[in-house]
Amino acid sequence: MSDLLTPEEMKANLDYHTPHSGWMNTPVNIRKGMYCYASNPKSVETLGLPNARKWNPMEEDWELPENWQQILHEGFKERLERFRSIKVFMDICVRCGACSDKCHFFIGTGDPKNMPVLRAELLRSVYRNDFTRFGKIFGKLAGARPMTANVLKEWWYYLFQCTECRRCSLFCPYGIDTAEITIFGRELLNLLGLNIDWIATPVANCYRTGNHLGIQPHAYKDMLDFFVDDIEDITGLRLEPNFNKKGADILFITPSGDVFADPGTYTCMGYMMLFHYLKEKYGLDVTWSTYASEGGNFGFFTAHEVMKRLNAKMYAEAKRLGVKWILGGECGHMWRVIHQYMDTMNGPADFLEEPVSPITGTKFENAKSTKMVHITEFTADLIKHNKLELDPSRNDHLKVTFHDSCNPSRGMGMFEEPRYVIKNVCNHFYDMPRNTIKEQTFCCGSGSGLNAGEDMELRMMGGLPRANAVRHVHEKHGVNILANVCAVDRAALPALMEYWVPEVDVTGTTELVANALLMPGEKKRTTDLRSEPLPGMEEEADE
Amino acid sequence: MGLAEILEQHKGAIVNKWFQTVIETYPQDTARFLKNRKDQFANPVGSTTLRGLQGLFDSLFTDLNREQIIGYLDPIIRIRAVQDFTPSQALAFIFELKTILRKRINQALDDKNARRACDQLESRIDIIGLIAFDIYMQCRETIFSLRTNDEHRKTLQTFKRAKLIVEDSDVQPNLKSVT
Repeated sequence: MSDLLTPEEMKANLDYHTPHSGWMNTPVNIRKGMYCYASNPKSVETLGLPNARKWNPMEEDWELPENWQQILHEGFKERLERFRSIKVFMDICVRCGACSDKCHFFIGTGDPKNMPVLRAELLRSVYRNDFTRFGKIFGKLAGARPMTANVLKEWWYYLFQCTECRRCSLFCPYGIDTAEITIFGRELLNLLGLNIDWIATPVANCYRTGNHLGIQPHAYKDMLDFFVDDIEDITGLRLEPNFNKKGADILFITPSGDVFADPGTYTCMGYMMLFHYLKEKYGLDVTWSTYASEGGNFGFFTAHEVMKRLNAKMYAEAKRLGVKWILGGECGHMWRVIHQYMDTMNGPADFLEEPVSPITGTKFENAKSTKMVHITEFTADLIKHNKLELDPSRNDHLKVTFHDSCNPSRGMGMFEEPRYVIKNVCNHFYDMPRNTIKEQTFCCGSGSGLNAGEDMELRMMGGLPRANAVRHVHEKHGVNILANVCAVDRAALPALMEYWVPEVDVTGTTELVANALLMPGEKKRTTDLRSEPLPGMEEEADE
Repeated sequence: MGLAEILEQHKGAIVNKWFQTVIETYPQDTARFLKNRKDQFANPVGSTTLRGLQGLFDSLFTDLNREQIIGYLDPIIRIRAVQDFTPSQALAFIFELKTILRKRINQALDDKNARRACDQLESRIDIIGLIAFDIYMQCRETIFSLRTNDEHRKTLQTFKRAKLIVEDSDVQPNLKSVT
């Protein structure tokens, strides 16, 4: 007789119901595909951060320092005294649940510990135990619990399942910024050397060589020179970008992802073409820097001090070159760092001028103190003043929608500028549903250092609400391209689209601008920046 | 009353029960959210699942067009293939429909007729189950290929940066023909 189970026996062994235990009693189950590899000890050492060592999240023993509980307690205490916001966020939540179903990770994974309120409760429970009289006396009854190795693992697992996108904060009646809680929690974990490598190594690279990828200055220049060749093939024009030019009008800084990873590279070519155009037409002198060669700041996902260090180099370079102000590329979290932290961290940048467009005379009031202007605002202003000659029909094969990146939208309130730019360079634009865009935008699911390969399941689940809205406009309007203004989006969304809506491609906004830009002296274009034939234009060229 | 009429009459209740079975595979708090939040953009998992189940139920009474079944099934499986489920847990919901239908049919029809009706429907559900295996594997393969492509791209970039790869060369190899 066969010893195989009968279907009934097999079914009896399957339990599709989760245990109905309270969240404190539900142990963390670290699952492959949901976490990023542990940080390389060399990178942790490079940054001078404590407790660098080899460790593996899947192993029982995380090789913690002997007095790890004391380190955490003291770290917690110090930060409660230092950051009034954290103290308030720990105390003020009434667990109304308004945030609970707003997180893309909760929506996608269905794991209640990804409800922002519960993710924060992981920390609050320890806060109550260690720092409140009520918690000390009543313990679990008061929602308090002591810090144990299992609690620590739970912190690590879930604090790296938050992209710090702040969608939940939008719905909080008290204005609790859950991203701040994650930032704070990750900073505590870094005291124990518990970072992920997708963050730690880029940060170490950036600290040492100026960008996340560790590209040295000559290689950075080589890459832009490749683009010069490609642009010559497409437009017939030979560009001469400035590098480290002292006395230039403007220093341009963008994430290094734009220089080294498709499809960001096409956006980078777009910047170069725009600057060439502005130089030819209006004499604008923009320089690139091979030292401040990174706009992104993964220090932001590590610790405040590390964020400050990486941010400082951008301003040091602006000072060294003697430029008037800084123009920033299409990046996400760079803008949150600039807009919300820079001024009190490394500012005021009073050695720079208050940004005024030399071409239109527009004063960028919002950048008055930081002295750094977003390229999309800059371009929108140029278009508004008819300073760019454009042929949007070159983008006629594209049906475009726009993904608001979390940080430029929620972090600095930039909603209309990218749409204005896209509508002027493309003839077919369709917004996604209102509750998935602008201030309510859904994250790409891979921000805050989570766009690695090993956590692909997490990324796909986190990006599900975004992809679901893209699918809607794809089915309704035939949308075939997803525009954005963020290098992490350009790196992360292609994989997300491939899984959920494979018919949709990803582009930066400046790539669309450069496709439409009529450059003085250019040859008749037959391809777009990706060297793909422009429908209709190719035929004309053949005639 | 024949089987088709009975099922048509009870369609709402059957699909609801089926939907309830699926969302009970999630933790309690999540199940509540998946059931109660009606907006398809705020609750893509719940709305996609319900829409798919409705379609699948209707397709049981048609000529079982594979493409049509994939259209209803793929969005549900695509979600469950990345969530925290083993393959059997991810797909078990399809076979749960058998139990739900059997109960309904047994209540409404006499034994002999009920048996025959169940047999027919259960074979059809099995076909849907087999298609689900294909979709599930395809989803997992996509995840694996996304992961390997990512590694491949990183390696290639590193080689390019180290100038170990020459893509276009003006120098043509001087090879002699062997003929």
